[in-house]
Amino acid sequence: MSYEIKLDIFEGPLDLLLFLIRKNEIDIYNIPIALITEQYLSYLDIMRSLNLDLAGEYLVLASTLIHIKSKLLLPPAEGENEEEEGGDPRAELVQQLLEYQAFKEAALRLDGRSLLDRDVFTRGAAVEEPTAAEEENEAMVEIDVFELFTAFRRIIAGLDRKEDLEIDAEKMSLTDRINEIMERLSEEGQITFTELLGERTDRRRIIYTFLAILELMKLRMIRACQSGPFGTIRLFPAVEG
Amino acid sequence: MEEKVAVIEALLFTSETPLTAERMAEILPDTEKKEIVSHLEGLMREYEARGGGICLQEVAGGFQFRTRSDLAPWIRKLKAGRPAMLSPAAMETLAVVAYRQPLVKSEIDRIRGVDVSGALKGLLDKKIVRIVGRKDVPGKPIIYGTTRKFLEVFNLRDLSELPTLRELKDLPDQPDEPDMPRPQEQTELPDLQE
Repeated sequence: MSYEIKLDIFEGPLDLLLFLIRKNEIDIYNIPIALITEQYLSYLDIMRSLNLDLAGEYLVLASTLIHIKSKLLLPPAEGENEEEEGGDPRAELVQQLLEYQAFKEAALRLDGRSLLDRDVFTRGAAVEEPTAAEEENEAMVEIDVFELFTAFRRIIAGLDRKEDLEIDAEKMSLTDRINEIMERLSEEGQITFTELLGERTDRRRIIYTFLAILELMKLRMIRACQSGPFGTIRLFPAVEG
Repeated sequence: MEEKVAVIEALLFTSETPLTAERMAEILPDTEKKEIVSHLEGLMREYEARGGGICLQEVAGGFQFRTRSDLAPWIRKLKAGRPAMLSPAAMETLAVVAYRQPLVKSEIDRIRGVDVSGALKGLLDKKIVRIVGRKDVPGKPIIYGTTRKFLEVFNLRDLSELPTLRELKDLPDQPDEPDMPRPQEQTELPDLQE
């Protein structure tokens, strides 16, 4: 890939809307709906063109915006006065935005506190490795090739670039690596990506391991699971026992 | 140092979780909770005056020795792994739960404008949020609240220590930063020489 796109990832449609309001330096109590709707929709287009998974909530807010816009354009229906209509059609949205903004700021403040195990530490207790039982409890999510690829890129990026060139490089074949992985899996039941790489993390070994995992996943011989974004990747045999 | 104070210090040192004054009063014979609290306050001042690497803090209804927060870069080096962090989505969800508890999931969904199932599950798994009960309305939705661990992790004595939301609303707009601030990844450790 020769280029990278930087896009602010939003925590939801309200977050995107707040971002647009700040970006345009708009008074939140007097939102120019036409302008904001237009920008909001163009952001959705960008996100869609990047194949980002667009949650349904984004579309709901889009329709709300368009609905408000149309209400602002139409003269109030006969026999209906402003009060009955509930006044400014934007009011409800503004209320929602203000409420969300308050909690977003509250979240920032929480994050700014001295967090245990990030900023402050207690004696011993937290240094312990999580017990096996606790690890079992971690929610495991089955991952696809892309997460695996991210892990792969991270490991490669962490490598020392200067690597001695070996002339008589260790001969390693994909078949050997596949057999080795399956053997270890049948012995140990599960294995992490890092464990598989072992101590010697040279480029060649990482690439072969990665290819072997991809092949095994394609053949549906193994499953790869992760305990969360950037969590440990664990491999399991596809069929237990 | 008075013998009792030494015992209190030893108890605090040994306990893996914040230790309450009540518990210490149970252990120490003929000692009122009030006396223990005053000894604890004395200890807190002593540690603060000493300016060392640890301090005695009041968290989650108890007392606990913790490291000084500005020393974190060093300890992170010792512990090597990534610090357990909450994503911005989890943090927002947690803020809603903390301030509006007890509450049902649909209320969190409404405030954040997204489905919070994933974030909520993560918080439950981390035992920062717990199920408090079920609301007595059709469908009997689950009610959520924060845990004692929430107080421990966020360095709070109790829930009343949370700044009120009204205070937050009175604040001027935060600087244009759509993202949550990350704890700065310090690559260089602070100079040890004073």
